[in-house]
Amino acid sequence: MDFSLDKKHEMARSLFREFAENEVKPLAQEVDETEEFPMETVKKMQKLGFMGIPVPKEYGGQGCDTLTYVMCVEELSKVCATTGVVVSAHTSLCIDPIMTYGTEEQKQKYVKPLASGEKLGAFALTEPGAGTDAQGAQTKAVLDGNEWVLNGSKCFITNGKVADVYIVIAITSVTTDKRGRKKKNFSAFIVDKGAPGFSFGTKEKKMGIRGSSTYELIFEDCRIPKENLLGTEGKGFPIAMHTLDGGRIGIASQALGIAEGALDRAIAYTKERKQFGRSIAQQQNTQFKLADMAARIEAAQLLVYKAAMAKATQRVYSVEAAKAKLFAAETAMAVTTEVVQLFGGYGYIREYDVERMMRDAKITEIYEGTSEVQRMVISGALLK
Amino acid sequence: MKIVVCIKQVPDTKGGVKFNPDGTLDRAAMLTIMNPDDKAGLEAALRLKEQYGAEVTVLTMGLPKADEVLREAMAMGADRGILVTDRVLGGADTWATSTTIAGAIRNLEYDLIITGRQAIDGDTAQVGPQIAEHLKLPVISYAQDIKVEGDSVIVQRQYEDRYHELKAKMPCLITALSELNEPRYMTPGGIFDSYDKEVTVWGRADLKDVDDSDLGLKGSPTKIAKASDKVRKGAGEKVVLDTDESVAYLIGKFKEKHII
Repeated sequence: MDFSLDKKHEMARSLFREFAENEVKPLAQEVDETEEFPMETVKKMQKLGFMGIPVPKEYGGQGCDTLTYVMCVEELSKVCATTGVVVSAHTSLCIDPIMTYGTEEQKQKYVKPLASGEKLGAFALTEPGAGTDAQGAQTKAVLDGNEWVLNGSKCFITNGKVADVYIVIAITSVTTDKRGRKKKNFSAFIVDKGAPGFSFGTKEKKMGIRGSSTYELIFEDCRIPKENLLGTEGKGFPIAMHTLDGGRIGIASQALGIAEGALDRAIAYTKERKQFGRSIAQQQNTQFKLADMAARIEAAQLLVYKAAMAKATQRVYSVEAAKAKLFAAETAMAVTTEVVQLFGGYGYIREYDVERMMRDAKITEIYEGTSEVQRMVISGALLK
Repeated sequence: MKIVVCIKQVPDTKGGVKFNPDGTLDRAAMLTIMNPDDKAGLEAALRLKEQYGAEVTVLTMGLPKADEVLREAMAMGADRGILVTDRVLGGADTWATSTTIAGAIRNLEYDLIITGRQAIDGDTAQVGPQIAEHLKLPVISYAQDIKVEGDSVIVQRQYEDRYHELKAKMPCLITALSELNEPRYMTPGGIFDSYDKEVTVWGRADLKDVDDSDLGLKGSPTKIAKASDKVRKGAGEKVVLDTDESVAYLIGKFKEKHII
C-alpha cells in the first residue's frame, strides 16, 4: 500500500495550487462580499480544461481521473470555497449523470459543451418540502406527444441562474403496491436554460459560499423534447442517489480544501502574532491545536482520496463517499472554528479570511446530504 | 518551422536556499521550478507555433529527475522532450554545459533556438550565447519581443532605457527575458498526456562533435570557491528631505563611510 501520489498527480496538484493562488485567492474576499458569481474565474478555468477534468477527451474533457478532479476542487477550495463548489456541482452533479446514464446523442449534445466549459451545469432535486426526504418531492413531468411537460419548483440549486444545462428530477408516475401504499416514481430529465415555461425564482442570500449562484427554479408547463429523458423512465430516484454519491466526493474535497486553507492561515498567523513576549505558535496550547488539526485533516484527505479511487474502480461507492463527506465536512467545521479562535478578535473580522472559511465550512455539513444522512448511509451498510 | 527551446530545472528560491555542508547547493532538499526566463522562451515558442505553425522541442541537461521539467513543458504544449543526462556531464560550468547542449542540438533540425537569458541559480547569462558560438549561429540576447518575417526573426533586444530592433536570418539563437510574456498554465489533460509520452534520453555517446576534455567537471575551467545565499540587508534608513538637503545629506554619508 503506497500513500504517495504519482508524478502526474503531483504535477496536476501544483497546477491547481498555482492557479488558485494567482487567479482565485485575490478575488475570494470580493466574491464573498459582493455575492457575485466569479464568472471571470470560470472563464479562465474553462480555457484550462478545469470544467471537464475526469471526462474522456472524445467528449470534450481532459481525459484525467476522479482523483485529479478531486484535487482541483480541494486546491480551489483552500482559497475560495465558492469557486470549489462551482466546479464540483458542474462536474459531479451535471456531467457525471449524463456520462453515466445518457445516450450517445445526449453525451454528444450535452457533455461536449459542458466538459469543454462552454456551458455550465446544475442539478435540481431539492424542493421546498423535500430535502433529506427526497421522496417528498412534488415536481411532475407528463408526456404530451413528443414533449415532456414539467410543473413544480426546485430550491437551493447551486449554479442556479448561471447554468445552461440542468438535470431535473420529477415524478412521472404514481403506483400503488399490494398493501395499497402509493409510491412516486421519479425520472431524470435534461433541461436547457431557456426552455419554454422554465424560469428563476428568488436568489438565496446565504451564510457562506456567497458567490455561488443559488436559485429557485420554476417550471410552469415547461416543455422539453421527449428525448431529454435521462436514463430509464421511472429510474430517476436511483439516478439521483447515485449522482449524489459522486457529488459527495466533490463536497468532501471542498470541505477538505477549506480545512487545509484554514490551517495554512493558522500556521502563518500564529508564528507572527506575539502575546506575552513571544509568538503564540511558541505556546503549547497553540502547538497542540495545530497538531490535532493537521492529524485530522490528513485523515480526512485519506478518506476523500480513497472515495475518489473507489469511484474510479467500483460500481457502487456510496459508503466510501458518505464516510469521506461526513468526516471532511465535520473536520472543516471543527478546524475553521478552532482557527477563528486562534486568531482571536482578528478571526472575527472580515478583513481576515478565516471567518469566511468558517461560514463556508458550515454548508458542507448540510448540502448534498446532511451529516445525518451520511451516518444513515454508513450505518445502513453496517447493519444490512 | 522547427524550434528548439533549452530549459533548466532550477531550485525554487521562494522556498529558501539550502546548502550542503561543503557549501554547494543541496538540490535534493529544494523544490524545483522551470527557470523563469526559460519558461518565457518556451511560451514565445508556443506562441510562434500557434501563429505560424511549428514543432517545438524542449531540451534540458541535468539529473534524471530533470525529466519533470520537460514534462511540464510538454504539458504546456511542447511536442517532444529531450533529456541529456550522463554521469560524465556532472559538475559542468557554462563552457562544459554549452558544449554539451550544442553537441545534442547538432543531432536536431532547427530554424530557431530559444534559451532563457539566464538561470536563477547561476545567473551567468552565458550558456545561450555560448551555444550559438559553438553552432556558429547569430545570437540575439535579451529578447523582449519576437516576430517572424519570412526566413528571418525580428527581435526587440532590451536595454535599461530603450530597445534595439534587430533582424536575423534563421537559423539563429535568441535568449528570452521573463518580461517577454506571461507564460500559460499547463492543462490537466496536457499533464496526463506528457506522462504518456516518452522523453528522449541522450547520454555522452549521443553528443555530436564534442571532446571529452570539454565536458563535465574536468572540462570546466570555472572553479567555484564558495556559494552563499543572499545576505539579507536591514531595512535601512529613510529620510525625507528636499533636493539640496538630500545632496548635502548623501555627501555627508559618503564622507562618513570614506566612499568619497
